[in-house]
Amino acid sequence: MLELIKQPWPWYTSGLAISFIMVILIFFGKSFGFSSNLRTMCSMLGAGKWVSFFNFDWKAQRWNLLFLVGAVIGGFISANWLQSDTPLNLSQATIDDLRKLNIPFDGNIVPSALFNWDFLATGKGLLIFLGGGFLIGFGTRYAGGCTSGHAISGLSNLQIPSLIAVIGFFMGGLVMTHLIFPLIF
Amino acid sequence: MKSVKYTLAGILFGIIMSKSEAISWYRIQEMFRFQSFHMFGIIGTAVITGVIAVWLMKKMKSRDVEGNPISFTDKQKAWRRYLFGGTIFGLGWALTGACPGPVFVLLGQGYLVMIIVIIGSLLGTFVYGLLKNRLPH
Repeated sequence: MLELIKQPWPWYTSGLAISFIMVILIFFGKSFGFSSNLRTMCSMLGAGKWVSFFNFDWKAQRWNLLFLVGAVIGGFISANWLQSDTPLNLSQATIDDLRKLNIPFDGNIVPSALFNWDFLATGKGLLIFLGGGFLIGFGTRYAGGCTSGHAISGLSNLQIPSLIAVIGFFMGGLVMTHLIFPLIF
Repeated sequence: MKSVKYTLAGILFGIIMSKSEAISWYRIQEMFRFQSFHMFGIIGTAVITGVIAVWLMKKMKSRDVEGNPISFTDKQKAWRRYLFGGTIFGLGWALTGACPGPVFVLLGQGYLVMIIVIIGSLLGTFVYGLLKNRLPH
């Protein structure tokens, strides 16, 4: 069983498992939406003192923070005990495209060349990680949700606003990948 | 003890995100370059099975674990906030290769640089709160 879990999962297993998470949260009387945690964390840090948007009963969101803590633990468990020996099965076309941008494919889950403190210490690295995070935080709250809240929960409930948001996700992603990446990498 | 179930669900989510490779910067690049079916297959399966599950729960008038009727709230009718906000998030998603959930899963995987992404995303959320009333929704 453990050996089976350790293998990279086929897409249909993964997709089914993600909708299962949404379903159990609904049965817990909650909903699947991860980015709300960012607003909750701002409130916990006292942002409500300056901005009324953060002045809400964040303790009602405690369950979602517990879910977040679980997500971190789940990542730790996967990295330490559920890792397969096979390198990431990335398509050759992507490997070639990234090589042209001087980002080598190393078979890991993320490029080690970028995800380290030395790269972050460069201006470019800081811009990518801090700036990328800023866009995520600003954009998800503006759109009222991220991949979980809109692409999974919203589309599952046939919400047109979520479809518009998902179209936006892809527009932004395509612009970054095809127009901005050649300028920064 | 009642709240342990949320952490357990989160652990399962973290494992699923890791094993599905949805947390992979490389996979997100592959998706935005349309060079593999992998991520589209994952999102497509999740949405199709999700639609069926939600439809069934509505049809059967399901109740949650505490016996309350399950209700689904409609998203606010608008388009600007979804299109503009969604696009801004998409830029960040492609740049960091992670959406909010995976940011934390990667932190658990030992990629401590994600702390900087988290700080950035808290700043972004704060600035949105600051400008909220001046932005078109």
